[in-house]
Amino acid sequence: MDDEKIIVCRCEDITLKEIRDLIKEGFTTVEEIKRVSRAGMGPCQGKTCGPIIAREISRITGKPIEEVYKPHNRPPFGGIFFKEIVGETDEK
Amino acid sequence: MKNRAAVVIIGGGINGVSIAYNLAKAGVKDVIVLEKKFLAYGATGRCGAGVRQQWGTKQNCILSRESVKIFENIKDELKVDIDIEFKQKGYLLLAFTEKEWNQFHKNVQLQNSLGINSKLLSPQEAKEIVPFLNTEKLLGAAYYEKDGHANPFLTTLAYAKAAEKLGVKIYKGVEVFDIHVKEGKIKGVYTNHGYIATEKIVNAAGGWSQEIGKMVGVDLPVYSERHEILATEPVNEILGPMVMSFSYNIYCQQTPHGSFVMGYGPKETSKSMRSTWQFLETMAKKVTYLLPPTKNLRVVRQWAGYYNISPDRQPIVSSCNEVEGFYMAIGFSGHGFMLAPAVGVIMKDIILGNKLTWDVVLDIGRFERNEIIKEPSVV
Repeated sequence: MDDEKIIVCRCEDITLKEIRDLIKEGFTTVEEIKRVSRAGMGPCQGKTCGPIIAREISRITGKPIEEVYKPHNRPPFGGIFFKEIVGETDEK
Repeated sequence: MKNRAAVVIIGGGINGVSIAYNLAKAGVKDVIVLEKKFLAYGATGRCGAGVRQQWGTKQNCILSRESVKIFENIKDELKVDIDIEFKQKGYLLLAFTEKEWNQFHKNVQLQNSLGINSKLLSPQEAKEIVPFLNTEKLLGAAYYEKDGHANPFLTTLAYAKAAEKLGVKIYKGVEVFDIHVKEGKIKGVYTNHGYIATEKIVNAAGGWSQEIGKMVGVDLPVYSERHEILATEPVNEILGPMVMSFSYNIYCQQTPHGSFVMGYGPKETSKSMRSTWQFLETMAKKVTYLLPPTKNLRVVRQWAGYYNISPDRQPIVSSCNEVEGFYMAIGFSGHGFMLAPAVGVIMKDIILGNKLTWDVVLDIGRFERNEIIKEPSVV
């Protein structure tokens, strides 16, 4: 399949080709790819794209996947409304 | 990795790469940047990346004014095709106390005298710029439309690429363990990838700059303070300027991408770089009070980083009396990103022994000379 048509990061619409190009350019960690492309900065916070990006890095660089994929997600675990945090319910 | 260099810069944040770029542009060969993690890992990649010229001291005003000129023409300057997402829709600074409002009057006068055409606004005028702003207890605001913010990762990357095109070597994953000093002169650095011989080292290590100072036996007058920040999901643009209050302790912006980024300083000297739920709760209260429509935004991520604080809240860009060949660009006190374009130029001047491009006093000797004028306007 055409890697230009495969979406890896669904939150930010980033294709497999873009990810592969970044790895070849020298961004060989999930953390760096996130920072330059926003892959993993969307609502899912890399829970979907993270493992796929790690697998690509592993394939291209030859590093074992355990070395490449070390997710340490920043909180919160899922998106949360400010109004939920301050305890405000919707006025009806 | 090379084992010899004319200049070794420690720290791959925005200031490290800006210094490297400016040295290479001036013709210095064999410049190396050492970064223990990856570019913008520290304060640069964790900051709000605001760019404001509304400062309370002459040094900060001049450095930020000159930096904005460079940000505005960054593609011409660096000759690399990277959009740094510079959004120039102003900074709206809010005054809630008499003391703050008086300070704004003084600041605007100083800024205007230096060619920064900021102005004071009534609460009503502030509301024209941000219609949903809660103006309860607001005395007034200061505003300058040429302030703004940019993407810190892409700006660092742009400088790094421009530097590399001019021959600079940037090594990621290389950590400095110790510095070799002999008879008061720099001789080299020890890293986890071996020794590099050099006669000049620039300490641009941000939150870790004190530790680098200790390696040459110098106690630098800076300390690191943990600050926290968060980002929301992206939404359509509703907020133009960066909104900021010193007394209410908050800054909040909407990036061109659509996400809101906001923070405040819990002012902890904790060595942890983890974020806290206390920050999230307090920030939720602050921002939904000041900018009510934000209550319908989802927070997706929060994190923390260090401010490297100097005694007068202005950077120390300097050589070092005790150790020949040791230079520092440290103590940015939370505004290192926005000053970096000008700091790179100044550090290049210092290393080459040139007259400084702008009339600023940033040397470390100012603290001994008691020339301290403390920056009054920091979040």
